[in-house]
Amino acid sequence: MNLAGWSEIALTLALVAALAIPISALIARIFAGQDTFLSPALAPVERAFFRLAGVDPHKEQSWLGYTTAMLTFSAVGFVSLYALQRLQNHLPLNPVGFDAIAPDLAFNTSVSFVTNTNWQNYSGESTMSHLTQMLGLTVHNFLSAATGLAMAFALVRGFTRSSVTTVGNFWIDMTRITLHVLLPLSVVFAFVLVALGVPQTLQGSIDATTLEGAKQVISIGPVASQEAIKELGTNGGGFFNANSAHPFENPGAWSDLLEIVALLLIPVASVFAFGRAVGDPKQARAILASMAIFLVAGVGAVYAAETYGNPILKTLGVDSSAGNMEGKEVRFGQAMSALFATGTSGTSTGAVNTMHDSLTPLGGLVPMFNLLAGCIWPGGVGAGLYGFLVVAIIAVFVAGLMVGRTPEYLGKKIEAREMKLAMLAVLIYPLVVLGFTSASVLLKTALDSLNNTGPHGLSELLYAYASTSANNGSAFAGLNGATLWFNTTLGLAMLVGRFACVIPVLALAGALAAKKKVPASAGTFPTDGPLFVGLLFGVIVILYLLQYFPALSLGPIVEHFLMLDGKTF
Amino acid sequence: MLRDLRPAVVLVALFTLLTGLAYPLAVTGLAQFVATNQANGSLIWREGKVVGSALIGQSFASDRYFHGRPSATSAADPADASKTIDAPYNAAASAGSNLGPTSAKLAARVKADLAAWRAGGGVGQVPADAVTTSASGLDPDISPANALSQVARVAKARGFDAGDVRTLVEASTARRFLGVIGEPRVNVLELNLALDGLQQPRPSAAIKSDLEPK
Repeated sequence: MNLAGWSEIALTLALVAALAIPISALIARIFAGQDTFLSPALAPVERAFFRLAGVDPHKEQSWLGYTTAMLTFSAVGFVSLYALQRLQNHLPLNPVGFDAIAPDLAFNTSVSFVTNTNWQNYSGESTMSHLTQMLGLTVHNFLSAATGLAMAFALVRGFTRSSVTTVGNFWIDMTRITLHVLLPLSVVFAFVLVALGVPQTLQGSIDATTLEGAKQVISIGPVASQEAIKELGTNGGGFFNANSAHPFENPGAWSDLLEIVALLLIPVASVFAFGRAVGDPKQARAILASMAIFLVAGVGAVYAAETYGNPILKTLGVDSSAGNMEGKEVRFGQAMSALFATGTSGTSTGAVNTMHDSLTPLGGLVPMFNLLAGCIWPGGVGAGLYGFLVVAIIAVFVAGLMVGRTPEYLGKKIEAREMKLAMLAVLIYPLVVLGFTSASVLLKTALDSLNNTGPHGLSELLYAYASTSANNGSAFAGLNGATLWFNTTLGLAMLVGRFACVIPVLALAGALAAKKKVPASAGTFPTDGPLFVGLLFGVIVILYLLQYFPALSLGPIVEHFLMLDGKTF
Repeated sequence: MLRDLRPAVVLVALFTLLTGLAYPLAVTGLAQFVATNQANGSLIWREGKVVGSALIGQSFASDRYFHGRPSATSAADPADASKTIDAPYNAAASAGSNLGPTSAKLAARVKADLAAWRAGGGVGQVPADAVTTSASGLDPDISPANALSQVARVAKARGFDAGDVRTLVEASTARRFLGVIGEPRVNVLELNLALDGLQQPRPSAAIKSDLEPK
């Protein structure tokens, strides 16, 4: 670790905070249904979209109506993306001439992009045509992120509204988020990336003759436009197999810094926007403080573990001053690789600039823990906010139990129904992650997919199901996921992770919106100060760390001690 | 659900046109116009031919050139398409090794690369990046320590003065911006192009590189 590295990390996080404030104002205006500075240009587009779609812009939906709209929209997205992949060999813009995608892989990829996971069981540059990348993958990078934020809007409305049956209109929220936030930010960011060296062309590949006279075929394409929304929408599906480690996706230190800013930006801005929406910025600050504790502690742990390096290689005669360089790029270094790995797993992005499979055991433990906690510091676009609000509800409930009062959060009483829904939204994860991991450990066909054996092999499996159920999409990428077993079960984990969590969340939104607001009294537990931050910390540790501790100790923790002992597998 | 079908289908279609077609094509059109070099892959030309991209590493085996990092990329085996063979710096299939820290394969590979580095004249502890594969398999850079450790070999193979080659390495080393942003590094392709230029009478005329000045 060095001062330059920590300064770079601090500068990046400061830039996130500085940019998040104006973006949060924009998000808050859309939440409230107000015009934005782009409305003079975009209002006619909105009206045309709503007229063609038959959406009444003045009508709102109940939580159930909101949910069915979201589910129908996701289903249609799934079908169109599936069809596109199956037919890509018959469609234009396929310069390299790729074949149609096999049914199980097309299923996995469609689920992956519709649920904002972007788990990739394929290598982009050797599988997907430009048309599939643009019309399929790029589109769902926008739509799945907009859907996530719309669901967070519905939950926040549950708190801001009183005694009503509606939580907003999904079509309006999703459309306006895409038009006013995601698209303009992506256009700007795509140009910044091109200026920094990210290609944007419709060519498929370039033939070069190297200095030694060999032929080098360089894959290329419309990378910048996909890269921009990939980070801003916390999607993470790379144009290339190596994702943001590929020099065309992430050419240098500046692009790296800005990509990290981009993937943290909207999640952080959404929390600020939540503060504006509930009319109390202190509530948002308490949540952000708890998120920051986990994020910064995680960065420190990865940075320290990776700088310490791999003692097995040191013994062989490798200079340890640069740290663990296996699976890392020289231009990023340890500090910005640590921040990227923590940020991408603290959000539901899943883009990588370093291969997580090659991280040291403790360096890999941090992203794994972030995934197991559901990627909520600061979380995916929308998904982070609603995920963290669920934790906040559980935290006030625990506080209520301790003092023997009915818990309240933001003026809403948290009663049996709300608690049941909140618990449903979090308890589904251990079932999916531990269930599928255990099943895979027992299956020879699953174990054949491992790239590493010993405890690291278990880590590959655990990471895969943690990543997909949390809709993250990063991987211990040695695992060969393109098999029938993994395409199917990882696809199911993504579906359950998204929808089995969000349906209880939307039901919670409906239940809260129907309640009267109760004014705060002397007995109300304050949710805007350090005490609440501490409580959130405790609940997260108990809820997530302890329930996965046995699995983690058999994977990364035991591997750490074996590595110190010089044991290899 | 049926009531929702029309808005779902219409909005997926409209956003497909807007974000899937209009957005990438508009960015492509403008990028090709205002940043032609970057938008097309920051290619380097020499004598009318593309010799590579400034951003993408390439494989160097000769003693006359500085070597990049080991690369874990592979390619389909020409003899049997169902198998793959090692193909370092295959820029059509980026990949890392994904070997974990306790992998025996990793230790064996590092041991072999370390022996090769020693055979090439390396002494003492080897710089980590010289025996580890990058995340993409296409890392264009090496650390300054790695470059300096190869100076003697390259100078000997070319019959150059080691001091001249060392000066060239130092001139090719990119440093941290304001002492904070970025890592000290050497772009191997650019260094090797400059190295070829050392023996040519008019290197500036022979190398047409439209890179931005570093």
